[in-house]
Amino acid sequence: MITLEVKCFATLAKLAPEGGTYEAEDGLTVGGLMERLSIPAGEVKIRFVNSVHVGEDHVLKDGDRVGLFPAIGGG
Amino acid sequence: MAERGAVSTGPLDDLGRSCDLRARQRDGAPCRVLPLAAEQDLARETSASLLDIERAALASGILPERYLRNTTAFSLTDQLALLGASVLVCGLGGLGGYVVELLARVGVGTITGADGDRFEPSNLNRQLLATSATLESSKAEAAAERVALVNEAVIFRSISHFLDKDGFAAAIREAKADLVVDALGGLAHRLALQQAASEADLPLTTAALAGFSGYAGVVFPGRPGPANLLGAGDAGAGVEETLGSPGPTAALAASLLAQLSLQTLTKKVDAQNAPTLVFDLADLTFEQIRLA
Repeated sequence: MITLEVKCFATLAKLAPEGGTYEAEDGLTVGGLMERLSIPAGEVKIRFVNSVHVGEDHVLKDGDRVGLFPAIGGG
Repeated sequence: MAERGAVSTGPLDDLGRSCDLRARQRDGAPCRVLPLAAEQDLARETSASLLDIERAALASGILPERYLRNTTAFSLTDQLALLGASVLVCGLGGLGGYVVELLARVGVGTITGADGDRFEPSNLNRQLLATSATLESSKAEAAAERVALVNEAVIFRSISHFLDKDGFAAAIREAKADLVVDALGGLAHRLALQQAASEADLPLTTAALAGFSGYAGVVFPGRPGPANLLGAGDAGAGVEETLGSPGPTAALAASLLAQLSLQTLTKKVDAQNAPTLVFDLADLTFEQIRLA
């Protein structure tokens, strides 16, 4: 099992796991995590793991910090 | 930084007579200060502009009084570089109003501000230049009037129509810009502006917000920026259409945008360490991320 820290920004905040942590089995990808959290892939524009932008197929490790950021354009 | 010609000190050589020793430089050495009234007198007595007088003063190690509280966060060398710089700010709303205010107060010598929009009541919650007195008036003209009030040494040029990609490129050329600031609203035109800056071989600073979240970053030519990832949104807008754009988030994003612009102009960041910061004021998250 792995434990992840998950931060969802703006409109995605309502879909964040309770307490900001999520437990999952080994091998979960960022895309898989989004699916588990019912976050539509099209709504996530920047995915970062430990502060680095990654693809949806990035495999997560225990202790990873995941950030999910939607299309923000306000000025 | 583009060279804007040597600083002429001809009629200003005796600047020192107007100065006292109130400021200190980073190394603790005292620094002469040119009082604002003396600077204005000098401009009246000679044909020199305030900007030329301030640049000549700094070239002689004399700090114009209006920048006294910039030191030592900005060194005299930084201040001289900022006064010699030209910045194109695209968008003069929630982000651009504050950015122009801050760049003018810090002392960026030449600012071109572009926005084809006029103020409307929904701007009043966050846009510095939106007041009951400016409703329905041009944002670019309001910015020009504001800069003249906060720092009369700054040269401000306004572009009061909307720009497309060709327009961005032309504005960059005409401004002889050293830096392009993306203070646009919405997602529709941000990538075009980033590409225009990149094609002109210029760095770009960018920021956006929605609700309590936002980002600010620096994009160097040929490098990916947030606009590459965020797309064009639904009908050109992002999730701010749902979450709104509250004042504290707009002011913070604008302050970060101004600071990154000043750091870029004074060569404190480069392509190797170009920062992108994401934040959420709802839980005070601040995180620097790498896009590539």
